[in-house]
Parts: sequence; structure tokens; C-alpha cells
Amino acid sequence: MTILRRVAPQLLTLLALVLLVTAFFPEFLRIEVVNGRLVGPVMDILKRGAPVGLLAVGMTLVIATRGIDLSVGAVIAIAGAVAAWAITRDLGLAAALALAFAAGLAAGLWNGVLVAIVGIQPIVATLILMTSGRGIAQLVTEGRILTFSHDGLAFLGSGAVLGIPVPAVLWVATAIAVTLLLRRTALGMLIEAVGVNRNAAALAGVNATVLIIAVYSASGLCAALAGVVATADIRGADSNNAGLWMELDAILAVVIGGNSLLGGRFSIAASLLGALIIQTIDTGILLAGFPSEYNLSIKAVIVLVILVLQSPNLMHHWYALRYFAMRRREAALDPRKEPGT
Amino acid sequence: MNPRLYPLAATIAIFLLAWGICVAQFPYMLSTRVVGNLLTDNAYLGIVAVGMTLVILSGGIDLSVGSVIAFSGVFIAVMLRDTGMHPLPVFVLLLLITTAFGAAMGWLIYALAMPPFIVTLAGMFLMRGVAYMLTIDSVPINHGFYDMLGKAYWLMPGKGRLTLIGVAMLAVVAVGMLVAHRTRFGAAVFALGGGEATARLMGVRLGATYVRIYAFSGLMAGLAGIVFSIYTRSGYPLATVGTELTAIAAVVIGGTLLTGGSGYVFGTLIGVLTMGLIQTYIVFDGTLSSWWTKIIIGLLLLAFILLQKGLVRFSGAGRPA
Repeated sequence: MTILRRVAPQLLTLLALVLLVTAFFPEFLRIEVVNGRLVGPVMDILKRGAPVGLLAVGMTLVIATRGIDLSVGAVIAIAGAVAAWAITRDLGLAAALALAFAAGLAAGLWNGVLVAIVGIQPIVATLILMTSGRGIAQLVTEGRILTFSHDGLAFLGSGAVLGIPVPAVLWVATAIAVTLLLRRTALGMLIEAVGVNRNAAALAGVNATVLIIAVYSASGLCAALAGVVATADIRGADSNNAGLWMELDAILAVVIGGNSLLGGRFSIAASLLGALIIQTIDTGILLAGFPSEYNLSIKAVIVLVILVLQSPNLMHHWYALRYFAMRRREAALDPRKEPGT
Repeated sequence: MNPRLYPLAATIAIFLLAWGICVAQFPYMLSTRVVGNLLTDNAYLGIVAVGMTLVILSGGIDLSVGSVIAFSGVFIAVMLRDTGMHPLPVFVLLLLITTAFGAAMGWLIYALAMPPFIVTLAGMFLMRGVAYMLTIDSVPINHGFYDMLGKAYWLMPGKGRLTLIGVAMLAVVAVGMLVAHRTRFGAAVFALGGGEATARLMGVRLGATYVRIYAFSGLMAGLAGIVFSIYTRSGYPLATVGTELTAIAAVVIGGTLLTGGSGYVFGTLIGVLTMGLIQTYIVFDGTLSSWWTKIIIGLLLLAFILLQKGLVRFSGAGRPA
């Protein structure tokens, strides 16, 4: 039940958005079976939300340690380029995936070492890979868009399992696996401890350095998987545009999920709802029939409203009001107790 | 020498060294033509980086500037096309809008206690979105006044052209230096970069300072938008995507600490010119592919950050605890 209370604001936001979109576009919730696949706007959102959803999993962990990872968009491009390069060289699907994940892991390790050992601010440390990462991806593809025709890899982007699109299965599975790993062990709590106060955590015996490197590596791996999915979806690696500005959407998803950028308590489920909210806004605006040029403005306004509602100051006022209301109620029930004592 | 000057000195030394290497390979790089082009091509980036320097000095970040530049170009182009106004009143109107926009973001950051990263991210979406709503096409600017502005230049010895927008950038850098280092507001910015609590104890009015910092950045982004529209003679809503990150990189290469509280506006100018120099070198070389620009700028960023890290430790060790 606690998890439900934690994600209640996000669930309500998502519900409100779904109702809003349905009001403009009544077919929104309809799901049909076509050729053994579930088809409909909702499935579309689940599928298109996969890259940001995958990134949000890793980003949640990084942000929980009081960090930020700006490089994930570039890592998507690198992983996609490496996977496509391996496939066009006929190295096989397993090798392509292994190389893509190795690239993501290497990127994550690089970021983690810069942050945890060299001690560079996360936003700057990951900015380095963000600016140079696309250059590296272009180096791999030699500046071209590498296209391929390989059914195995394409399946990861556009296939379906039991009628559900593979990207949707992948991001939900990743989220569940990571959540179980963190919450069934003490790892999640240790990450929160590092995020609240790294020095205190280190003094309490938490190996903060290894943990921070590990979360950036996890973020790199999530980005690599997102890169493989994005590349498989369009059957080509576009180093310039793959994952472009997706790091911002991923950070936004985490923030909409109610996770503080100052680290500490985190909820992967809430971040994923944040990712779904973003994708519902994107898809919903189109379905509702607004011209696509209004997309960004409407998105900005909705995001602003969500942020204002989640503002620490506003929450503070809200708690203060509730506190005083409770006091007054108690005072009314118990005439001996004066309000404010 | 004051240890605070080390990062600036390192930046200038590396710029001169890089230029020396370029000149050794291509003697023509020393000509005033190349210098003139370096200033002209990076004019808008230099202006927006001045605003970014102040924001970063205060410990914040402004992700909206790229979108504001694009919005400015589109706004000017559409206004000139549809209303027949003279460009000058349009410029004034635009600067009012972008300054007010920046001020609003500053107020939100202060009033809601939200991280600047997120507030300016929303601002980035909003401005890009408004630019899309104005037009989705590239709108050319055909106005006699614009032709005049675009063709205005002073001939330097050696036939280099010191263009109006290049001079505008240098002037903005000079103004930025005065504002950051010689005014009460500048002192408040540095104080805020040192820490919000200490700044408050020093008597800095936090709300007003936040609003002014982001208003200044908005003003600079608007100015950069005007310069960019003179440079490209058009307004395009998809222009200058990612300029905010280039500007941040220039500020970091210029020796300003991203944690805030330490840095120089002049260093930012050198940072912008260093990045411009790399691009010029790649154009001169002709065999290197464009993606090397990104990789080299990334490596340069790393080198500067490591250098600063070392310097901070070095100067910190010399200070009594």
C-alpha cells in the first residue's frame, strides 16, 4: 500500500491526462487484435515510451545519489551505432548486443570514475561525454546512417511477444528486475544513503565510490538497451538524431516522478509513470488533433503545472495548512487543549 | 599571482598555444581575415555565453538560451514580414519579451525553490514551442536596414573585416565584465555562487538577485538572437538547438567553476574563441571530419576541468585551514 501512496500523485496525473485525451479523442483507450498483436493508442504509448522509460530507470538511480547523467542521449547514439556496425559486419546478433552493452558499460564506467574518483561535478563530468559522444558515434558509422536488414535485431524494435510490443516488454521487465534487485537487497537503501550524505554513508561503512560507479554503469547499460531498441525500431543507426535530447526527457520523467534532484529517497515506479506521462502528453496532443507545432508549448505548460504542484515550497505550505487544520480539529474535540500549544 | 587567476591564465595560455600550433601549420591563420571571421562566426555564441557566465557564477544554469535565440530570430522575421515595422522597435520589443521571460524563470526558481536545471528546461520547451507556433518554416528577412547591418564592417589592416556583430560581441563582453566585476549586482552574483545561506547573511536580497540574473541571461539571449538573425538573415524555429550546452562548455573552458562563485567573463570570451579556433582549424585542414570537432571539444573540456581540479587543490593546500 505504501507504494500506492507514493505514486498516487503520478497515477492521478496520468489518469487526468488519459481522461483529457479521451475527451478529445474517444478512441484513445480502444485496443484491437490485429494479426495476433494488440494495436491501439495505449500500446503505441507503451512502445514509444520505451527509450525514455529505460533511460528513466538508470537516471532514477543516478539522481538518487545526487548526481545527473547528461550523456545518456549520446550513449544511445553510440550503442545504436555499435550494434548496427556489428550487424552490418555479419558478426551476429549476440555479438552486436554484447558490443552495444560493452559500449554502454564503458560509457557508464567513464562517467562513474570521473564523478566518484576524480570528484568532478556530475553535470560537468557527463557533459564531456554528451558533447563528444555523438562524435564517437559518427566515428563508428563514419558519418553515415548505417542501415541494416537483420530480422533478429529488428525484432527487438518492432516485434511482439504475446501480442505486446517487444520494446514495452523490455522496459517493464528491466524496471521490475532493477526494482527487485534494489528493494529485495539493501542496495537501494545504500544508494539512498549515499545520496543523502556521501560522507556520512562512507563513514557508516558504505563503499560510496563503488556504488556511485555502479549507478552510472547501470545508467550506461540502460542507455545501451534504449539505443539498441531505438536502432532496431528504425533499422538504422542515425548518430545525429538517435536519442537526441532524450536525456532531458528522462530527467523530466524522474522529476515528474517526484524524485528530488538533491538525491535520497527514490521510486523507480514513479519515474516510469513520469515517463508514461510524458509519452501520453506527446501522443495525446497529436491524437487530440492539435497541430504538432503546439506540441512543445502544451508540454511546457503541463510540465510547469506539475512542477509547481510538486514544488517543495508549495508542499511546505500545504503541510503547514494541514497541520494547523489538524490542530484546530483536535482542539475542537478536546476543549481543554488550546490551539497552538 | 593570485591563485584565482590561474584558471584564466591557463585558458589564455592554451588559447595562445593552440593558435601558435595552427599558425605554425597554416601561416595564413595569423591574418586579420581569419580573426575577423572568428569574431563574426562566434558573435552570437559569445554574447549568450556572457549571460551564461553570470548564471553559472551564481551557481545556476540556464538551459533555455538556445530556444530563446531561435524564438528571437523567428519573432523578428515574422514581425518584419507581417507588420511592416522598422527593425529597431521590433528589437526593443523582443528584448523586453526575452528579459521578462528570464525574469519570470528567475522568480520561479526563487519562489518555488525548484532547481534552475528543471525550471529552465521547462523554459526551453516553452520558448521552442512558441517559436514553432509562430511559424514552422524558415522565414527570410528582407529589409534594407538588415542589409545595412549585415554589410557593416570596418576594414582592418590585411583586408580582414571587423563586422558590426563582431564588435557588438566584444562590446557585450566588456559590459559583462563591468557588470560582473564592478557592480553591486555582480558582487551579489558571486556571493550567491558561494552559497545561498552565506549570501543571505551578507545581506544579499536573494529574490531580486535571482530575478536579475536570469533576466540578464534572457536579455543576452535576446541580443544573441538579434545578432544571429543578422548573421543568417532569417528566422528558423529549429535553429541553435543545443547552443546552451555549447555556451556552458565555453564558460567552463573559460575557467569559470560550474559550482559557482569563481570565474571571469573575459575567460568566457577566450573559451568561445578557443572553440571557434578548433572549428577553423578543421576547416583549414580539410581532411578531418566534422565529428572530430565534437570529440576534441569534449577532450578539451575534460582537460580544463582536470586542470581546474588540480589548481583548486593546489591553491587550497597553500591556504591556512
